Amino acid sequence: MWKFLLPFAAFLTLVVLFAFGLNPKRDIHELPSPLIGKPAPEFALVDVLDPARVVSNSTLKGQVYVLNVWGTWCGECRAEHATLLAISQQHTVPLIGLDWMDERDKAKQWLEQLGNPYQAVGFDADGRAAIDWGAYGAPETFLVDQRGRVIFKFITPMTQAVWDKEFLPRIAAAQRSGA
Amino acid sequence: MRRSLIAFWPAALLAAALAIAAVAAGAAGTAATGGLDEHGQLQDAALQGRFERITKELRCLVCQNESIADSNVELAGDLRRQVRDMLLAHQSDDAIFKFMTDRYGDFVRFSPPLEPKTLLIWGAPFVMVLCGGFIVMRIARQRAHMPIDE
Repeated sequence: MWKFLLPFAAFLTLVVLFAFGLNPKRDIHELPSPLIGKPAPEFALVDVLDPARVVSNSTLKGQVYVLNVWGTWCGECRAEHATLLAISQQHTVPLIGLDWMDERDKAKQWLEQLGNPYQAVGFDADGRAAIDWGAYGAPETFLVDQRGRVIFKFITPMTQAVWDKEFLPRIAAAQRSGA
Repeated sequence: MRRSLIAFWPAALLAAALAIAAVAAGAAGTAATGGLDEHGQLQDAALQGRFERITKELRCLVCQNESIADSNVELAGDLRRQVRDMLLAHQSDDAIFKFMTDRYGDFVRFSPPLEPKTLLIWGAPFVMVLCGGFIVMRIARQRAHMPIDE
């Protein structure tokens, strides 16, 4: 009995491991963020569009907001830009930008040419704010609740489907529990 | 009910903030350059040794099989600078690793920590050696009872 069961069990284990490891839909770059459930890292940065303004998330305490990490060097950020514009038109929650590893002039030009979906865009000149948020590849989109905790992180370009399926229900739940 | 995110600082406050930031940046700048030699290495050999060991142990999350010591991507450079700054600020190795895992998760380290949820990773090799030994022993015993062929 064991003679047949053991090899069969070993075979099944391998099938499961390979099914997981070789699954083409699995994004090996998608890592669980240790920030989920933790207080959102604070930042105070110069605004891309107006260097006299300070962009800080400390003024957003008490409301749900979305932080989007992007840069003009990032092709996929361009891919998601139209979706971000459409989302911002709905005025569900404030959309804050974090311009990462970028040049301010280029970022400014990008926003002026393509339109600005953000309520404010912090210019992360030395990348320290992005490190605090554990960013490792733009675009990354974080959702923060009223208590200032990160409740969701999404990597790869935002789409309307992802927004409707992953973000809107969480935003509604957060707003219900915080109201 | 959106509150304005952007604080419009009075000109004087802004000037004061900028002045403080400039002084702080200047101090950080001298600290960073003060501890480095002309090759960009830490002057203190012990610190440089720790720097090399730590950056080899931290994974570059952009090119996942490279360490931040080996990788040329910009994020790896930012993280190396972070490690160097923390070393110069007399932070312990543990504090530096904790800084990284707090932000990027355990995956940022090449060797996972030994804790209940990683027991399988650390224990699997020993379990496999034991299983193998058990199988070899059984086969050897069976063969001991086999008749010897002519």
